[in-house]
Amino acid sequence: MVIILGLFLVLPIGMALWVSLLHWDGQSNPFSGAADFVGLHNYADLSTSAGQDRQLFMTSVRNNLYYVLLVVPLQTALSLGLAIAVNSRRIKGKGFFRTVFYFPSVTSSIAISTVFLFLFQGSGAVNALLKWVGITGPKWFTDAHGLVWSLLGLLGVVDPDKPVAALAAHGFLGLSWWDWLSGPSIAMCTIIVLAVWTTSGTYMLIFLAALQDVPVELEEAALLDGANRWQSFRNVTLPALRPVLFLVITLGLIGTWQVFDAVYVMSQGAPANTTLTPAYLSYTAGFQDADYGRAAAIAFILLAIILAMTIVQRVLLRDRDEPTTRTRFLRRRTS
Amino acid sequence: MTVRRAATASAMCGAFLLAGCSSNFGSNSSAQQDTKGKQSLTVMIGSSGDAETNAVKAAASAWAKQTGNTVTVVPAQNLDQQLGQALAGGKPPDIFYVGSSVFANYAKGNSLYAYGDQLSYKNDFSASLRNSFSYGNKFVCAPKDSSTLALAINTTMWKKAGLTEADYPKTWNDLEKVARKLTTKNVSGLVVDSSYNELGGFLKQSGGWITNTDQTKVTADSAANVNALTYVKKLLTEGALKFPKQVDAGWGGEALGTQKAAMTIEGNWLTGAMSTDYPSVGYKVVPLPKGPAGQGTLSFSTCWGIANKSAHHAADVSLVKAFTTAQQQLAFADAFGVLPSRDSALTTYKQKHPQDKVFADGTAYAQGPVTIPGFTKALTQFDSDLAGLATADPKKILSDLQTNGEQILKGGS
Repeated sequence: MVIILGLFLVLPIGMALWVSLLHWDGQSNPFSGAADFVGLHNYADLSTSAGQDRQLFMTSVRNNLYYVLLVVPLQTALSLGLAIAVNSRRIKGKGFFRTVFYFPSVTSSIAISTVFLFLFQGSGAVNALLKWVGITGPKWFTDAHGLVWSLLGLLGVVDPDKPVAALAAHGFLGLSWWDWLSGPSIAMCTIIVLAVWTTSGTYMLIFLAALQDVPVELEEAALLDGANRWQSFRNVTLPALRPVLFLVITLGLIGTWQVFDAVYVMSQGAPANTTLTPAYLSYTAGFQDADYGRAAAIAFILLAIILAMTIVQRVLLRDRDEPTTRTRFLRRRTS
Repeated sequence: MTVRRAATASAMCGAFLLAGCSSNFGSNSSAQQDTKGKQSLTVMIGSSGDAETNAVKAAASAWAKQTGNTVTVVPAQNLDQQLGQALAGGKPPDIFYVGSSVFANYAKGNSLYAYGDQLSYKNDFSASLRNSFSYGNKFVCAPKDSSTLALAINTTMWKKAGLTEADYPKTWNDLEKVARKLTTKNVSGLVVDSSYNELGGFLKQSGGWITNTDQTKVTADSAANVNALTYVKKLLTEGALKFPKQVDAGWGGEALGTQKAAMTIEGNWLTGAMSTDYPSVGYKVVPLPKGPAGQGTLSFSTCWGIANKSAHHAADVSLVKAFTTAQQQLAFADAFGVLPSRDSALTTYKQKHPQDKVFADGTAYAQGPVTIPGFTKALTQFDSDLAGLATADPKKILSDLQTNGEQILKGGS
């Protein structure tokens, strides 16, 4: 066990950590001293010192942040909804629906990405459908406008092509506030739709397994007590699902911060770097720019982000839990 | 107790593995040469398709038969990535394609065996090609073939718009005029890739380029370059020029083939794609129009790299010589539509393929690619910015490239 863990986990991580402290072009032995040891230089290039590296990395973090903020809630809600629908005792042909909903998850993500490329072409099926209801669809994969500014543009508040001077002039970590607040680009939205659609099947199965563990008697008791369907779901089913909810959100967070395959197939970061993600940036830094040190540093910052996010999420879910039990306990003592 | 035992075990395992690694990674210098009679070589290629793979295999096995050695030709799925892994692992193939975007990185990392000056016919390669594959005053590797850019015109649409051969665009003004004339509801007059590899011709015609001649200075923000991008932006805003993605095409050739474009700017790889995928579309290739500073086009090439770590340098050079005879270059040109890189072969090629004469003529005044180590990331960003040129400020795009490029030159990364 120790050997396996050491061989496949500890050693590669240790080696990668060492590489992230080097300026290594991938053509020599990084453990022989042939590559320059630069300390935290790679990390500084990505965070504190101004330049192209930092700008690209911060752009990728911004893109991925909006991706996570949209994908995780949407996929969790959708998969929970699907699980409840399939779990319903009134529905017929459950097996059929279960298979249908799970189907996107078993299909290769490369294949689905390619199909999406055709669906979202300028003259593709999605725009044909939109045209049918009288909307001129955007050029999905070439539209670099942020969703926030596009929506505000529709309301006539801002012009998406002309950044507000106050926001464009100031910035944080190499990106202007206009860029930070832009939301996901239209192109990124297609990848978000793809991710929600492909992952919800898997999480549906997890929710379904948990739903089948919720005792039917509990729900029936709640209904007998006069709770309506929503109340029984909110106060009986959902609390019973809390550990599974935590699991799904955690898995979702980790998976979404690592998004690579869809970006690799569909956009390679285009348009205007708005679909660039840290995982993809790490790949190009290594294999295109032959700067493996920077690539490894990106991977470690990504790891730190994922760990931080998971901890925050854990604290949030736990904090809401504890006060309620305490108040219930107090209430019981006083009555 | 168990903890300590575990720690020792993992430490030992680590030490063992590190020892294993270092022998694998090897040292930086040339490998011990193999002097056996029969040697076995590996050639890794980034092939454009079966035609190229089979042609290289045939040439390699002919050489193997003649010399008694054996050769394995490996077509890579993703050459940069596979070579990167092989070089990092210390066991690269003996001979491999080296694109100009990675050439400088490999040469700087001392991964390439510089054999160019051993070739008796090295002056038969054009100066621009030799420059592209020289590093530190040494001609490192022999150019495999070459490609240049030209303007391809759909002849049917040309006639339909009432244009004749006398109207083939000679200047930027002509180009703008015909592109506007050819633009209809369903057809874009001119479709060009948004990459500097295709749009870079305009920089050259305007008298500018990304770097100075010996690549010691970045000259991206010159007035000539601003002029060129302003012209391209004008075409974009008029609707006379569109990028392939705007017409749902992957590249200029696809737009021409699917008749969404009346004209495109592409290299001679267009010829093969048109004849296999769109044989019914008639087109004519003409030189790129002149800009304020005259003619300009870009040239692209790949070289036959020999690994420094290969143990068969003598045999490697012999095989590369076999790959680069004038006769073999013409055979490659016939098989998969590239231009020979040797001037002597190019003369014969022009006679054999009069329709590709325009591409061949371009080699005389073509600008080679930028080959500064680590420069690819600045160029990737430039490409990304060019895709948004329609709504961007050309000056801003070029000054960003200037800043990024200077940072790379200064940092030496």
